[in-house]
Amino acid sequence: MEASNPSIESLEQTAIECRKSIIQMIHKAGAGHPGGSLSAIDILVALYGTQLNFDVSDRKSPTRDRFIMSKGHASPAVYSILHQHGFLQQSDLDGFRTLGSVCQGHVDMKWTNGVDFSAGSLGMGLSFGIGTALAARLDNHPYQTWVMLGDGETQEGQIWEAMMAANYHELNNLHVIVDRNRIQNDDFVNVQMEVGDLASKIKSFGWEVKEIDGHNMQEIVEALQWSINSTSPSAIVAHTVKGKGVSFMEDNPSFHGKAPNDSELEQALEELS
Amino acid sequence: MSAPSSGGASRDGYGQALLNIADDPRVVVIEADLGKSTKSCLFREKYPDRTVSLGIAEQNMVLVAAGLASCGKVPFASTFAIFTERAFEQVRNGLARPGLVAHICGSHGGIHTGTDGSSAQSIEDLAVYRTIPNMTVIHPSDDLSATELTEQLLDYHESSYTRTARNKTPRIYTENSVKSLRIGKGSILSEGEDVAIIAIGVMVHKAQQAAENLRKEGINATVIDMHTIKPIDTELLDELAKKVQGIVTVEDHSIIGGLGSAVSEYLSENEPTRVVKIGVNDRFGESGGSEELLELVGLTIESIESAVRSIVKL
Repeated sequence: MEASNPSIESLEQTAIECRKSIIQMIHKAGAGHPGGSLSAIDILVALYGTQLNFDVSDRKSPTRDRFIMSKGHASPAVYSILHQHGFLQQSDLDGFRTLGSVCQGHVDMKWTNGVDFSAGSLGMGLSFGIGTALAARLDNHPYQTWVMLGDGETQEGQIWEAMMAANYHELNNLHVIVDRNRIQNDDFVNVQMEVGDLASKIKSFGWEVKEIDGHNMQEIVEALQWSINSTSPSAIVAHTVKGKGVSFMEDNPSFHGKAPNDSELEQALEELS
Repeated sequence: MSAPSSGGASRDGYGQALLNIADDPRVVVIEADLGKSTKSCLFREKYPDRTVSLGIAEQNMVLVAAGLASCGKVPFASTFAIFTERAFEQVRNGLARPGLVAHICGSHGGIHTGTDGSSAQSIEDLAVYRTIPNMTVIHPSDDLSATELTEQLLDYHESSYTRTARNKTPRIYTENSVKSLRIGKGSILSEGEDVAIIAIGVMVHKAQQAAENLRKEGINATVIDMHTIKPIDTELLDELAKKVQGIVTVEDHSIIGGLGSAVSEYLSENEPTRVVKIGVNDRFGESGGSEELLELVGLTIESIESAVRSIVKL
């Protein structure tokens, strides 16, 4: 599919549908990560809706754009957008985290059509993206590589090995989006290990950096286009709210990796309708 | 770039193999600063556009290899054996688990590495990589076999770890005989009915010498170069176990988890046979000359001979 130009309103509507899927998937599985899925989903909707070149009927096309979800626990967000674009069926989402399901607990290229990276261990996705971006250059392919990182994930040293390498190799076909939702597994990021001014840190590694509100669809769409036009590797630090869209999950560390119970599901779906 | 050694060190063989397969445009060589040591520098010199320098950052290196592999490249990434281990989880989760195919080479394996001291002497690499599904583990015994086996990785079906040695040892193969080597098939160097000595890497030549000495005593040993530790050649192990009174395994590697373990694991369930393991006995090395260090930890011709005598009933 060539990237199209859907309206901001239709993107926002898609994001609502994805949020419902996310909550339902995790509730049905009785496990999963709602907080970081809900913080990331507006960005994924914009990315798949306006930038990524892919063909559902040719899922392994060597010239497709790559999307690498490095924070692989936000798998429900990925499955929900892949469902919206025809890669996955509702029955696939219903099997999330169950034996033999194509929707594994963490995103996995071996299991899921449309997934380009096997995540689950934080800190690895940007390095993988350097590999796909280098391959594009070696083959003279114009495809782009997009990598989503979590902010807690930037505590991993490997992220900074990769930041250094991407700049050294002048990979302007590599784009990072940091989901800066300020919460990690155990607690707030600034309690566990403050990562500080990520924009300045990344900039100091030679990248172009832009900070945005990661829930403002217009801003997201514009920032993605800005990134495509950059002449260096570029990063968007998207300030987000963990659990965005469900009041009792918002900014709540306890919903990093916990499924909603029946009444919480009901309330969440009511708020999203 | 340091001058290539004139044959003998298996790391030189690795470097030569990269040159030999360079015509295939899928080949990409990845370095983490130590290309002069692992000998990937030979490829870099001729093909800088397909050589990726990543600095002293092994974790990044392994995932860059995985990303390239996902796009149809055949990456060959190398550093010291011990430093590949820093990226063990990256190899496990980022490379082997999704079934991507890239080839890791760890040079300077074993106590034989010498004067650099214990920090550089990997004695557990074969063990750790052997535990990962979708991984082949190779340890050639000389430069010619390192070249041959590395060339065979070009169209290989899964990721691999190859350990090479820093220092020269006598050649085991000739330009002709090495062509019969196959990944996954043990190489029979000499045949005898009494005992089998299964060796890898720099210990293969010592195993041959021990077998020669033992022949003078009337003990006939089969000598095997088990260059592929995983998948281990079980067909050959079955044959040997049926034929001989016992088996001695010899490796410049910990006795925990390496060649001796692989042989014992298989035989204990399938063809129970006495296996005496000669290796690094759960200890670290230190600085010293290669031969001094092998003697220090008991990796000698004499220790192979006495292990054989302990098995054979004349």
